Amino acid sequence: MKNRRFLLVFSLLLAIGMILGACGSSEGGSNESEGSGSDGGNGNSEEASEGDFSVAMVTDVGGIDDKSFNQSAWEGLQAFGEENGMEKGQGIDYAQSASDADYNTNLNRLVRSDYNLIFGIGFLLAPAIEEVADQNPETNFSIVDSVVEKDNVASIVFKEHQGSFLVGVAAAMKTESDQVGFIGGVDSDLINKFEAGFRAGVKSVNPDIEVKVQYAGAFDAPDDGKAIASNMYSQGVDVIYHASGGTGNGVFAQAKDLKQNDPDRNVWVIGVDRDQHEEGQIGDMNVTLTSMVKRVDIAVQDISTKAMNGEFPGGEVVEYGLEDDAISVATSNEEAMTDEIKTAVEDWKQKIVDGDVEVPSTQDEAKSFEDSL
Amino acid sequence: MFSNRLVNILIPIVSVFLGLLVGAFIMLGFGYNPLLGYLSLWNGAFGDSYFFGETLRQVTPYILSGLAVAFAFRTGLFNIGVEGQVIVGWLASVWVGLAIDAPMIIHLPLAVLAAALAGAAWGFLPGLLKAKLGVHEVIVTIMMNYIALYTSNALVRNVISDGKDRTERVPETASLTSEWLASLTQYSRLHFGLLIALFAAAVMWFLLNKTARGYELRAVGFNQDASRYAGMNVGRNIILSMVISGAFAGLAGAMEGIGTFGYQSVKGGFTNIGFDGIAVALLGGNAAIGVVLAAFLFGTLKIGALNMPTGAGVPTELVDIVIAMIIFFVASSYMIRWFLLKIKKEGK
Repeated sequence: MKNRRFLLVFSLLLAIGMILGACGSSEGGSNESEGSGSDGGNGNSEEASEGDFSVAMVTDVGGIDDKSFNQSAWEGLQAFGEENGMEKGQGIDYAQSASDADYNTNLNRLVRSDYNLIFGIGFLLAPAIEEVADQNPETNFSIVDSVVEKDNVASIVFKEHQGSFLVGVAAAMKTESDQVGFIGGVDSDLINKFEAGFRAGVKSVNPDIEVKVQYAGAFDAPDDGKAIASNMYSQGVDVIYHASGGTGNGVFAQAKDLKQNDPDRNVWVIGVDRDQHEEGQIGDMNVTLTSMVKRVDIAVQDISTKAMNGEFPGGEVVEYGLEDDAISVATSNEEAMTDEIKTAVEDWKQKIVDGDVEVPSTQDEAKSFEDSL
Repeated sequence: MFSNRLVNILIPIVSVFLGLLVGAFIMLGFGYNPLLGYLSLWNGAFGDSYFFGETLRQVTPYILSGLAVAFAFRTGLFNIGVEGQVIVGWLASVWVGLAIDAPMIIHLPLAVLAAALAGAAWGFLPGLLKAKLGVHEVIVTIMMNYIALYTSNALVRNVISDGKDRTERVPETASLTSEWLASLTQYSRLHFGLLIALFAAAVMWFLLNKTARGYELRAVGFNQDASRYAGMNVGRNIILSMVISGAFAGLAGAMEGIGTFGYQSVKGGFTNIGFDGIAVALLGGNAAIGVVLAAFLFGTLKIGALNMPTGAGVPTELVDIVIAMIIFFVASSYMIRWFLLKIKKEGK
């Protein structure tokens, strides 16, 4: 009796093993024919060293499908791969981080797989990049949104103040109450840059427009965003520019609530980082006036191309702005962005690119800019 | 042929096996190759000395947070606050590391001790409320987690650094890292904290099983009324249990603070070390040796998982499913127990 039971369990296990084994080998076969060629963890190393150039990136905890800069960066790498006949696992790849502790592990794994250039996406990876770049002087690294001073690291930063200036122009032309608002995430140098540019843009069109500024203190507090937006709108503000990540979702929610209750009311939100047109959609209406778009993909693609051609800007801080199209103003809301506004935005853009206007990037600079008007 | 003890040991093993099996079927269902998937997981955790070092590094805080949950549980308390205690321990170790200037022989133990004390203090409060006022520790500890997270964020930004996102690195004298371990494992972040974690496991085993105080703690866990009737001070034992549990959790924070990272940054969310500790303790059967083994498994899965997308195209989230399934099978151990006992009965 006892033996029969065991035989049953044993044969069951054996059967499962067979099924798994069979499936495994057939899939393995198709894998090889597709030539994705990643057989286990260390398989990549051979293929990467065979090829001329390979590039990979490490996401922050947002993950590859965050609809924000991680995703945008990967799109940049994919575009780079398409140009050069590479695909995921062959020449380009990414590693996702589930926690802060994973940054070093992921960077090191990619170093071990002999990638020539490795991107760290987001300022959170700065300490990890610093450490790993020190240990691996042969590999090139690049960090987005932060500065790491090492000979084998290229730091990518954006001129967010320029884009903020232009959406400020759009806000100034759209407002009817002559009051606009700015909601920042955390009061820091980075977000101050957005504020300074925006204020300068608004005042350049009409110095009498009042700009209300408030910081929520967090990038992930939609409740606070909604409360601040509610306060601003009730004081007569009709356009709010947010530079506050997830907190901004609350701003959109409040604007949509107001629009729903009173479709004729003039309420607008200006999005940030990517085109936030979808967030503003409510029925047939849309409260998203425009967005300050930051094209991480263009920067990633550009640095990759430079590195491939042997012109890797190691040790430098590479700034991307309007002239590279890495900062732009979205025009998805065709109804709200009238031709008049679009033309004005284009004019100012030209002035900035030509150097006729120096956009302030700190609060102090913004003050002296306003005084000079 | 199966003693009760053997069944208790078999349940987690069978659960792990079933969890991996379900994971394999899910991979099959989504068109991935499970063998390749698990192979790349293995390579990601043990592929070479670097990855093995990283795995051990990940195991270290898991052992301590697992011990923290297990210790409280043995006294009948459910310490959900390990997460918060980890964070205050992290903060305390880094703060002491930065604020004090002393030779290593004083500085390092001081930083570790500060972490344990901070965690203990964070555990003391819920213990006190439970013992004196009967406030349920689950509610209090959950709320204490948020207090720990946001308070430490504010302190890092405004007090320890000037408006920056992270503190300076702690000096060598307060750091658990070692050149020797790093060079042994090709620059992994393996540090001496592993020894502290293993020592803590031994302490827990000795305390609970070999001392009168430990006997009291366990008795309170089994039956509070009976313990009170036997003349034990139930309230004091509850507080003591939470304090020791918090101290273990604080040490787990020190492992990250002065071991893995060497600094504290402003956190956007929880570290999950404390929450994973609940799973580790559950799988480890709330025993010291079990927790060490379970922590080893979890560390392996977590670090190995990072290699699955590159190695086999399998998303890392799959490992979270596998872990969830393992916990599910452990939690529903009645099924497995029933099955094993049936084999046993038929066998006779």
